[in-house]
Amino acid sequence: MKIGVLALQGAFEEHIKMLSQLNAESIELRQLKDLQQDLDGIIIPGGESTVISKLLDDLNMREALLNKINNEKLPVFGTCAGLIMMSQNTEDPKAVPLGLMECTAKRNAYGRQLGSFSTTAEFDGIGGIPMVFIRAPYIKEASKNVDILSTVDGKIVAARQGRFLATAFHPELTDNTCVHKYFLDMITESK
Amino acid sequence: MSDRYSLNKNLAQMLKGGVIMDVTTPEQAKIAEEAGACAVMALERIPADIRAAGGVSRMSDPKMIKGIQEAVSIPVMAKCRIGHIAEAQILQAIEIDYIDESEVLSPADDLYHVDKTKFDVPFVCGARDLGEALRRIAEGASMIRTKGEPGTGDVVQAVRHMRKINAEMRRVQSLRDDELYEAAKEYRVPVELIKYVHENGKLPVVNFAAGGVATPADAALMMQLGAEGVFVGSGIFKSGDPKKRAAAIVKAVTNYNDPKVLAELSEDLGEAMVGINESEIKIIMEERGQ
Repeated sequence: MKIGVLALQGAFEEHIKMLSQLNAESIELRQLKDLQQDLDGIIIPGGESTVISKLLDDLNMREALLNKINNEKLPVFGTCAGLIMMSQNTEDPKAVPLGLMECTAKRNAYGRQLGSFSTTAEFDGIGGIPMVFIRAPYIKEASKNVDILSTVDGKIVAARQGRFLATAFHPELTDNTCVHKYFLDMITESK
Repeated sequence: MSDRYSLNKNLAQMLKGGVIMDVTTPEQAKIAEEAGACAVMALERIPADIRAAGGVSRMSDPKMIKGIQEAVSIPVMAKCRIGHIAEAQILQAIEIDYIDESEVLSPADDLYHVDKTKFDVPFVCGARDLGEALRRIAEGASMIRTKGEPGTGDVVQAVRHMRKINAEMRRVQSLRDDELYEAAKEYRVPVELIKYVHENGKLPVVNFAAGGVATPADAALMMQLGAEGVFVGSGIFKSGDPKKRAAAIVKAVTNYNDPKVLAELSEDLGEAMVGINESEIKIIMEERGQ
């Protein structure tokens, strides 16, 4: 299986390591021509959503990425900034989302770095997993088409809509590969 | 390892592949954010001006830092003087995202650095070699950057520091297990950290380049030498077209390995900061805090 990992800015290497532990191949997506390759799915990593959004535009990748996701019906998994990019609304003109999932993301929802935390919580279909939140967002509102997979303190921190999966936390910063496995299973199911 | 320390190392991981820009006003902070900075460093004067002004350089006014925190949504860092525990406490009190215990400011203590393990907010520190990097990590730094020679626009020291850190790590990797204890003495660091480098061939925290980066090519050079991201201080707001140069450096860090892209985005950036050569400067900041 070949996963394109958006490598414009942020913690993309951590995702690549997770994928290699699960014997999936990764391709770094850094510029337009990288999108011409055959892919089975795409990961949008953590980082700064304002930077990822700007680079998608500056490197002329936004439309091509959206076309690839839509035309080839590619599954997409986003963590933290990736969740923000997958939402429909970020309430911030500097972080322009891709609009893949019918939800609103609240950026920096837990405040500054002193608000960053880790916890263990239930993830629907997996069970209890470690969750690391770094200046994290959460999903403020979601349409009924979005399945909520996990909540922490009443806030939505993981959700799925069809072939799209998003988490506010960073499974790639832990030793637990379950969420990545869940995503790879989604890809297998979608074929 | 405490949970807080691990969260603080994690924040640095999120900054990887990004550019952290020095800003002195909320307006500059907004320009930096719009240009694609992954964080900003709030300070009263950029290093080039600190150098020109001379005298004692201190932590910035918290009110000024707060103004910048309100202006942008990306992480905001600020500098405290080396060893200045109280300045660090003040920065923590205003919920700064990262403290840079920096040689750019006048050191407050010529022997001791801040015990960073006593703080909840993360610290980044400068290093010229592996020993300095690991000593700062032992003191609780959750991110390292090269010292370079700030405010010069001359990248030579940053290159020297990055190459030295990496060369020393390769050497540690090549040692026999029973030689690591002697290496720990030689580098004046805890043996556990030497063992980490021996096994992993890298620092246990993220390592950025800093000092003298003025062009997209400088940024790409540092990334090719192994930096995981770049700090740009005076290079942006001392140049002719800060907005354009900042955006170009951001793109250069993402595509540091593609000369064609680098060529395109190096075009037409206007005047780069004039800069001063290392042989022309009187104050050597890199020697502060070892």
